[in-house]
Amino acid sequence: MDAILFLVFAAIAVICGINMVVQKQTIASALSLVGVMAALAALYLLLGGEFIAAAQLVVYSGAIMVLFVFVIMLLNAKGEKNPVVKPWGKYFGAPLMLVFFGIMSIVVQRYTPASDGVVFGGFRGAGPREIGQSLFTVYLLPFEVTSVLILVAILGAIVLARKEID
Amino acid sequence: MPPLPLPASVPISWYLTLSAILFSLGVLGFVLRRNIITVFMSIELMLNAVNLTFITFSYMLKRVDGHIFSFFVMVVAAAEAAVGLAIILTVFKNRQTLEIDEVSSLKN
Repeated sequence: MDAILFLVFAAIAVICGINMVVQKQTIASALSLVGVMAALAALYLLLGGEFIAAAQLVVYSGAIMVLFVFVIMLLNAKGEKNPVVKPWGKYFGAPLMLVFFGIMSIVVQRYTPASDGVVFGGFRGAGPREIGQSLFTVYLLPFEVTSVLILVAILGAIVLARKEID
Repeated sequence: MPPLPLPASVPISWYLTLSAILFSLGVLGFVLRRNIITVFMSIELMLNAVNLTFITFSYMLKRVDGHIFSFFVMVVAAAEAAVGLAIILTVFKNRQTLEIDEVSSLKN
């Protein structure tokens, strides 16, 4: 059952990912990316991360992708006029990516330390309670620094996107 | 016909391989696409693939730290998306284009 669920959601993620790369229309790419993120949220649930699955749905496929779709709508972004014109990218980039993926999978298959497989409910130590406890004790300083980062990002976005007032 | 020999539990390496596939797709989109917004979305795909690796290792080691890190990655991705899309808006306002090849004033 676990394997079936994993294969279904992994297939959704990979198909949506391929669709994101090959689609000509920007809005179709954005919606495919939403599909990838939703499938990944289901995989996080299988791995025992309820909180991070919810955060993935709310923050990524909710907030961030809505921002993307807003910008695509605002700029009235059509597809690419001449996609992949450079032979460099076409004949060098894709094979290089395949080589990269091959090396990654060989390393993964060979050097992953022996451990139990993933079963649903096999790890219950990453619920909201544990994450909150860890976030406000061990990781308190990174948490606060992150809030400063968010503030800087908000100010930067406003400064960049505002209209000049003279 | 015998049923497919599916394991009772999913091996860790399957999750890591899925993560590698998604990361490679992100790299491919980053290299091949010429539209600023699509290139930006490819970066988001790569970040998501790394998040999956974090959470898989968190399961393997039975520790919560991987979840915390992927939470931070999400926060940084949100900040990055806000600033990046503001930059894209400004570029479009000044140049009326979204093709990265036409935005090359730093070249030469």
